[in-house]
Amino acid sequence: MSIRTRTPSLFRPRKSIDQGVLTRNRALVDGINRRNVLRGAVSLGALSLLTGCDVSEDDSVQKVLRAVSAWNDRVQAAIFRPHHLAPTYSASQVVKPPRFNAYYDIEEVKPIDGATWKLELAGRIDSKQPWTAHQIYQLPEQEIIIKHICVEGWDYIGQWSGPNLRDFLQRVGADLTAKYVYFICNDDYTESIDMATALHPQTILATKYAGAVLADPFGYPLRLRTSTKLGYKNAKWIKAIEVTNDFRETFWSKQGFNWFAGI
Amino acid sequence: MSAVKSTHHERRLHPLPVRVMHWINAVAIFIMIGSGWKIYNDDVILGWLHFPDSIVIGKWAQYGLQWHFFGMWIFVLNGVAYLSYGIATGRFRQKLFPVSIRDILATVNDALHFRLAHDDLTHYNAVQKILYLGVMAVGVLIVISGLALWKPVQFSELAALFGSFQATRVVHFLCMAAIVGFLLVHISLALLVPQSLVAMVTGGPVVDDGAAPEIKR
Repeated sequence: MSIRTRTPSLFRPRKSIDQGVLTRNRALVDGINRRNVLRGAVSLGALSLLTGCDVSEDDSVQKVLRAVSAWNDRVQAAIFRPHHLAPTYSASQVVKPPRFNAYYDIEEVKPIDGATWKLELAGRIDSKQPWTAHQIYQLPEQEIIIKHICVEGWDYIGQWSGPNLRDFLQRVGADLTAKYVYFICNDDYTESIDMATALHPQTILATKYAGAVLADPFGYPLRLRTSTKLGYKNAKWIKAIEVTNDFRETFWSKQGFNWFAGI
Repeated sequence: MSAVKSTHHERRLHPLPVRVMHWINAVAIFIMIGSGWKIYNDDVILGWLHFPDSIVIGKWAQYGLQWHFFGMWIFVLNGVAYLSYGIATGRFRQKLFPVSIRDILATVNDALHFRLAHDDLTHYNAVQKILYLGVMAVGVLIVISGLALWKPVQFSELAALFGSFQATRVVHFLCMAAIVGFLLVHISLALLVPQSLVAMVTGGPVVDDGAAPEIKR
């Protein structure tokens, strides 16, 4: 039996490692003790708690959750009843004023000058001349007293009136077989609804609340009110309407809220 | 050469499908409660009750909503499979029925005298039967009230049964509270009698195929 020396690995350095770096950094090396490592680990944990590290934000988790949300959009479109009316209420149940909600506080609302405001039209629409507030306020009105349901869980009964959206789309020669109606708002808010919802009998371009012209915080001069969607789908301060077949993410859907948001 | 095969089909206390569906349900319930608490926090029903951020699922509202409307599919599909299985195989009839008032009183009496026997996992006492049947009923009600909350207009006929939207929220919330109460008892007892927890993983003792469950030696 012969004793063999171990064959050095090909990757083994020919010379031994220079220990100098250790002596030069003695103070640092001494600082690495168990207690410090533990302390560091604990504060790392505390940091992740403070910053609220959330598995939901992980890219692959978001991919799955958003795919399910998109699937839920399709399910909601499939169960949507185009002629089924939402419950309506009596004028005595109406809450005045309506409840304000936006992605900022009511003090930050930028009122629109109705005299210079114009509604732009775009996409699959025949007559794209802009509409003035005066012209829109001349159109026949429809009144609906319906519940506003917020994704947060609260609700109130509101009394809205203004031109029916289906009538308006027909009047301007919109392609009613297109997929989506987009709303671009004065506060850089965007929303879109499926065509079936746009054509629902309780979907209106609201100009009035409880019989009076909309107040600034609630969307003057023009906002959407539909009985079949959560609150955030009802775009306020509309400045442009586009009819299109292209799906684009909207203000809240970009942030992960469900796009269809039907009720 | 030819081995005589037993005509009896050997069966575990908890057949594999039951175990799989039990643990899928456990995950689904965890997701639904945690994300439900996050959604609840945005507009509380009870002024004094906010669920701490450390125990809810989802840092922001949209994440809570995403988890809830993801978990609902698991909870509902798995729940329908479980109920169908329990009814079709006769497992519910065999394990949970009949429940008599006298048995319930006897079980409560035994419990108060610390005489509850749990050496036989294959037999449920009357209180267990009531709790399992009850939590299944609550599970059905939480789905129905959830549908009414999700689609109060599309399912307005269903939503009308609950009165108002806020009343539906209260029903949904109370169902959650009942399930949490059930889980506190269920998990405590599973930890107190660990072989019941083990049985839900391994399948537990082999039971006779016959109607009367009996532990084989």
